[in-house]
Amino acid sequence: MRSTAGYSVMKITAPVNKIIPFSNVDGPSNRMAIFFQGCPFNCRFCHNPETIHMCNDCGDCVKTCPVGALSLKEGKVTWNKDLCVNCDTCIKTCRHDASPKVTRMTTDELMEKILEVSPYIQGITLSGGECTLQKEFIKELFPKVKALGLTTLLDSNGSLDFESNEDILEYCDGVMLDVKAYNKEFSDWLIRYPNDVVLKNLDHLLATGKLEEVRTLIFPDRDKENEATVRYVAETIKDRCRYKIIRYRQFGVREEYRKELGDFTTGEDYAMRYVELARSLGASKAILV
Amino acid sequence: MSEALNIIKDPTLTYNQELIALAKLGENSDDTLVYSDEYYKAFNSRALCDLGEGKMPYRPRYICPDYELLFEKGCKFLELDPPKDLLEAINVLEIFYRHVPSITTFPVYLGDLDKLLEPFVLKEERSYAKKLLKLFLLQIDKVLTDSFVHADIGPEDSVTGRLLLELSEEMQLAVPNITLRYDPERTSDDFALACIKCMLKTAKPSFANHRMFVKEWGENYAIASCYNGLLKAGGGYTLPRMRLYECSLTAKDTEDFVNRELPRYIDLQLEYMDKRVKFIVEEASFFKANFLATEGFVKEENFTGMFGVVGLAECVNHLLGIEDKKKGFGINKEATALGLKIMDVIDERVKAHVAPYCEATDHRYRLHAQVGINTDGMDDSPGTRIPIFAEPTMLEQLQTNEKFHPYFPTGTGDIFKFEETYEKTPEAILPIIKGSFGRGLRYFSGYLENCDVVRVTGYLVKKSEIEKLKAQKQSLNNVTVFGMGAQDGAHALDRRIQRHEDNSTGQ
Repeated sequence: MRSTAGYSVMKITAPVNKIIPFSNVDGPSNRMAIFFQGCPFNCRFCHNPETIHMCNDCGDCVKTCPVGALSLKEGKVTWNKDLCVNCDTCIKTCRHDASPKVTRMTTDELMEKILEVSPYIQGITLSGGECTLQKEFIKELFPKVKALGLTTLLDSNGSLDFESNEDILEYCDGVMLDVKAYNKEFSDWLIRYPNDVVLKNLDHLLATGKLEEVRTLIFPDRDKENEATVRYVAETIKDRCRYKIIRYRQFGVREEYRKELGDFTTGEDYAMRYVELARSLGASKAILV
Repeated sequence: MSEALNIIKDPTLTYNQELIALAKLGENSDDTLVYSDEYYKAFNSRALCDLGEGKMPYRPRYICPDYELLFEKGCKFLELDPPKDLLEAINVLEIFYRHVPSITTFPVYLGDLDKLLEPFVLKEERSYAKKLLKLFLLQIDKVLTDSFVHADIGPEDSVTGRLLLELSEEMQLAVPNITLRYDPERTSDDFALACIKCMLKTAKPSFANHRMFVKEWGENYAIASCYNGLLKAGGGYTLPRMRLYECSLTAKDTEDFVNRELPRYIDLQLEYMDKRVKFIVEEASFFKANFLATEGFVKEENFTGMFGVVGLAECVNHLLGIEDKKKGFGINKEATALGLKIMDVIDERVKAHVAPYCEATDHRYRLHAQVGINTDGMDDSPGTRIPIFAEPTMLEQLQTNEKFHPYFPTGTGDIFKFEETYEKTPEAILPIIKGSFGRGLRYFSGYLENCDVVRVTGYLVKKSEIEKLKAQKQSLNNVTVFGMGAQDGAHALDRRIQRHEDNSTGQ
């Protein structure tokens, strides 16, 4: 607790949804991946929609939890993780795209977890939800992580304008940026958030050397939209950073949107066309995931 | 039907396997070596096990010849001159291997192949060297038909090391087992990554913590058989094991076990080892007449005894009355602490015992975490491993291993099965090995979930060969039958897969 002249200052906390100590898919090498709760986008294809909103303490999940791991304490939904069997009944019950299995942590508490894993990892990746919603927390956390000799990456949807938030990048080694859609109309429909900021971030991160990789999802049978996005990204980044072309997968997607986007996974050959397109436009580090 | 007739009529045994089984029957017909009644009682209750060593040891269990000496001076008995080129070097080795005995009748240590062959490989065209090495590996797999045949490489990068990795991946053979002696300061990341890529696809090489072994043994050590640390120009006389779960069954409670039953069983196993070691050195002709000994390829003073334990997890869970192994040893702190206490008792008592003919190891035996045998079933997990189906996250599994691995200079290890995304991200495994080796892990093995060559508990088998045995057909490799037993009885191939999502801990 920091205190000044007897006044205690509220500590910064962040809502943590999940921690994966060893991850080989959230950036280079072996990394600890930390997932925060809450996202300003509401993508139709979201694979983990339970991370979008904060819990509103309606208590519906308390009633359906089969093992009594959830309770209402002073109007707040409280999660007992020792009793929890991770059956995800609460996630299925929730009507608000939220999760009761979220813990608010201070940077010191999170550092304890990171310290334990630090001998085995190259660095950490903050993800979500959308990690940049926790920008004050990140500004406090990253210098501590760097002091351990670890690398620091952000996995972001690009909703925070990095140019006017330069300080978040000071101790950050790179941003893995999602560019989900270029076509404005498609973007407004798909992610329900203006994409100008995302495209602006692409330029800014490239210019400042903080762009670790760009990711684009390829949707089934959306030739025009897929091509517009891949073409724009490839022409912008050229060979300056890795470009992951990812197949849309239906798993975890909400039922109503699965009907719109497809209840199946984008074909490998179809997706590969866009990898080849990206490469032909100079994005030599384009790969299919 | 007599036992001999059973062997002779068994359609799943190759000729060589029948020969070995019949020789064992012959060996067991002699009762010269006798132990105390207490020992036999413990043996018959399955608390102590001789790992098929037989009643009359006529050679040390594991022999690690000095192949450098062979290349320097040749061999008088076999009328071999020192080799002058790669073809001769491989020929000399192939001839010599045929005459290196062990419990399995095959050599359990083939030498530091990269270092031995590198000067010869460098004199040849790479493609010709690769062809010769390919034939060499083929000869080994088809003639030394036993997965306990083991070769070492590293710590340094070499052309030969690279060729052996390339060929292992191309040929997909179970024999030989291979270990990389890994030292982050001497092994380049690039070579370590090449080893990891090969390991994911062929379950070899495994990684041995070179610094840890050097500290205990000096530079002159070998990794033989499954993962046994031993001295070169030496080896291991004997390896019996305490089945700790069965040992715990005669104890009234934890206190009774730690203070009375455990020390009693330790002493009985020491009695067994002392008698055998003395018999091998004093009675058997090996050290007096075998050319390996008379020409200095092995020296009696470089041998030691391996004191084996198995089933620590089940022992601890039984003593604490833990029925759900997912809440037991390796997960539950109290259970792990009891495991450490038991290991301390074993370690101290074995170190307090003056062992005969163990000059190079300060007249002491050294501990070994035995990997189990095909008939163990689910009663005793290998050494100090967390039981299959109870494995926690990889992080927690490593943290538990790091506490136990330092006890075992004559070998221990753990195996991790990786999901397919690791094939594209082998660089994610290197920091895990580096981190855990810095914290006490001794030996690390891994493979991808969809491999044919897999590591069962310490040795390698091909899943396709197990299928042959199950169809009542013969399998050339003597160890396939162990793999089948371990697969069916102990679910050794069902170990937890390292999946990104499974490793999440919530908070």
